[in-house]
Amino acid sequence: MSLLELDDITKSFGAIHALQGVSLSIRPGEALGLMGDNGAGKSTLMRIIAGNFRPTSGAIRIEGREVHFHKPIDARNSGIEIVYQDLGLCDNLSAAANVFLGRELKKSFGPIRYLDYKTMYQRSGEIFAELKSETRPRDLVRQMSGGQRQAVAIARTRLSDPKLVLMDEPTAAISVRQVAEVLTLIRRLKDTGHAVILVSHRMPDVFDVCDRVAVLRRGTKVADKRISETTPEEVTGLITGAIGAA
Amino acid sequence: MSDMTNQDGRVRPGQGPLGHAEIDESITSRTETSGWQAIVRTQPFWVLMAILVIGLVMTFVSDVFLTERNLFNTTRNFAFFGIMALGMSAVICTAGIDLSVGSLMGLAGVVTGLVMQAGYGIVPGFLACMGVCVLVGLINGVLIAYLRMAPFVVTLGMLAMARSVSMVISNNKMIYDFGPDTELYLWLGGESVLGIPNPVWVLIILTAVFGWVWRYSTWGRWVIAIGGNAKAARLAGIPVERILVSVYVLSAVTAGLAAFLLVGWFGSVTNALGTGYELNVIAATVIGGANLMGGVVYALGAPIGAALMELIRNSLLLAGIDALWQQFFVGLFLIIAVLLEQIRNRGKSD
Ligand SMILES: Nc1ncnc2c1ncn2[C@@H]1O[C@H](COP(=O)(O)OP(=O)(O)OP(=O)(O)O)[C@@H](O)[C@H]1O
Ligand SMILES: [Mg+2]
Repeated sequence: MSLLELDDITKSFGAIHALQGVSLSIRPGEALGLMGDNGAGKSTLMRIIAGNFRPTSGAIRIEGREVHFHKPIDARNSGIEIVYQDLGLCDNLSAAANVFLGRELKKSFGPIRYLDYKTMYQRSGEIFAELKSETRPRDLVRQMSGGQRQAVAIARTRLSDPKLVLMDEPTAAISVRQVAEVLTLIRRLKDTGHAVILVSHRMPDVFDVCDRVAVLRRGTKVADKRISETTPEEVTGLITGAIGAA
Repeated sequence: MSDMTNQDGRVRPGQGPLGHAEIDESITSRTETSGWQAIVRTQPFWVLMAILVIGLVMTFVSDVFLTERNLFNTTRNFAFFGIMALGMSAVICTAGIDLSVGSLMGLAGVVTGLVMQAGYGIVPGFLACMGVCVLVGLINGVLIAYLRMAPFVVTLGMLAMARSVSMVISNNKMIYDFGPDTELYLWLGGESVLGIPNPVWVLIILTAVFGWVWRYSTWGRWVIAIGGNAKAARLAGIPVERILVSVYVLSAVTAGLAAFLLVGWFGSVTNALGTGYELNVIAATVIGGANLMGGVVYALGAPIGAALMELIRNSLLLAGIDALWQQFFVGLFLIIAVLLEQIRNRGKSD
C-alpha cells in the first residue's frame, strides 16, 4: 500500500495556479525525486504535504486514510517531517535550541518544569555526529555556514521517527562534501524504511539516491518514471519542455 | 556555484571575498563563548560599567551621593521603572512595543484607589488593579496577534483610551483615602525590609524570576524564538499568537504592579499617574540591551537600564545642574546605547 497518496491536488493563489491536478504516490522506503523549473510548484506541493497550505481541491491519503492538515503540527503527528527550502531557523538561538524548537525537552523539579539543556545538547550533538556534520550544538545559528545551517534543519527531522521526510533543496548552497553527506543520510533513511521526497535542481543527486523521479512543469506533473527507465537527458528535456510529457 | 578545494584537501563552497584560510580561522574561532567572556559581550555589562564609573565620579563631586538616604531613594525610584522594563523587555523581544504602559499606570492606580477608598481592603484593591491590567493587555495582544495590527498603533490608541478612562472614573479628583488598609498599603509602597525598600525587593525577586524564565522556561524560549524568526517559530509548531498575547498581558501586569507600589509610596493617586513613563521605560529597556528588531532579551538589562537613568537624574540633581536637563541626558544615553549596539552588530556580520 502507498504510504502517501496525492489525488488530483490543485492549489491557486488568487489568479496564480501553482498546482493543477497533481497526483502522486510514494511507498515506504522509496525515494522520489521531484524536479522542475523555478516556479514549477515543487515547494508548494511540499508545503501542502507538510500542512502549511491547504490544497484548493484534491485529497491527501496516508496509508489509505484521507487526512486534512490544518497546521504543520498535524502533518508531523502523521509522521511527516520537512526541511524547508529557506530552512526556517532562528538565527538568535543555538543549534540545539533550533533542533528542539517547539518540542523542547524538559526536566521536572517538583511541580516546576525547566529546559533540559544537557540532554538537548547531548542529543543534538549525537545527531550532528550521525550526519557527520561539524556543527556544534551550542553555536549560534547566526554564525553558521550554509552547510551547518542545513545540518541543523535536517537534524530537526531526526528527532522523531517519521514515515516520510520531505526535503526541499537540501543540497542547494552547501559544499560537495556536505552534499555527499546529505545523500548518505537520504540512503540511510531509505534503508530504515523511511520514504523521502527530494526536491532538487541537481540531476546527479536525484539519479544517485532516488528510485523514481517526477517532473512538474507549470503546476502539472508531466512525468513520473523509475530512475532505471530514464536518463538525465530525458529529464532535462521534460523540465524545460523540450519533451512534452513521458 | 563553483566549489574549490583548499590545502587540506577538503572542499568548501567559494564564498566571495573571504579566502579559505580566513574562513577556516573564523569557523574555529567560533568556539562557544561561555561564562565571563559571554557576559563581557553583553550590553548590560557595559551599562553596568558606565553606572560604576558615574557612581565613582559622583562620590567625588558630591558627599551626599553615597549617603544611605540618597542610595535608598535612588534605588526605590528606579525600582518602578525596572519592574515595568522587565515586562517591556518581553514585548520588545518579540519586535513589538507597548506605548500604553504609562497611561495604564494611571488607570490601574485610580482603580486601586477607588476600590480601596470604597472600603474593600487591599486584596480586592490589588486584584482589581491586576484585573484591569490583564484586560488591557488582552485587548492589546489580541489586536496585535490575531488582527495583525501594528503594535505601535494599537498601544498608542490604548495610551489615549486608558488615560481618558482613568480621568472619567476618577472624576478628575485625587484619591488619598485608602480605607481600612491604608496603613498596610503605605507600608508596602513606602517602607523597607532589611533596609531595602519594598519596591526594590519586588524588582529583585522579579528580575531573578525573569532570569530563570528567559533561560529555563519553554515560554521564554518561545518568546525569544518568535523575536528571532516568527515564521520559523510558527512552522516549528509554536503557538505564536497566544505567546504574543501573553507578552502584552505581561507588560500590562508589570505596569499595574509598578502603579500599585507607586501609589502606596505616594499615599495618593491622581489620573495623571505615570504620564510620560512609557518613554522612560522603553529607554531603560533599550539601554539595558533590548533590540527593537527583536530576538534579544536580558533579565538584568531592565534594572540596569532603569538604574542608569535614575543615576543620571540623581547625579544632575546633586551636581547642581538644572533638572530640566534630565530628559536631555536620558535621550543622549538612549541614542548612544543604540549606536553602540549597531556598531557591534556591524562588526559581527560579514
Ligand atoms: N504564498 C504564495 N502566494 C502567492 N503565490 C505563491 C505563493 N507561494 C508560491 N507561489 C507561486 O506559486 C508558483 C510555484 O511556486 P513554488 O515556490 O512552488 O515553485 P518551486 O518549484 O519551488 O520553485 P523554485 O525552484 O524556485 O524553488 C510560483 O508562481 C509562485 O510565485
Ligand atoms: Mg521551491
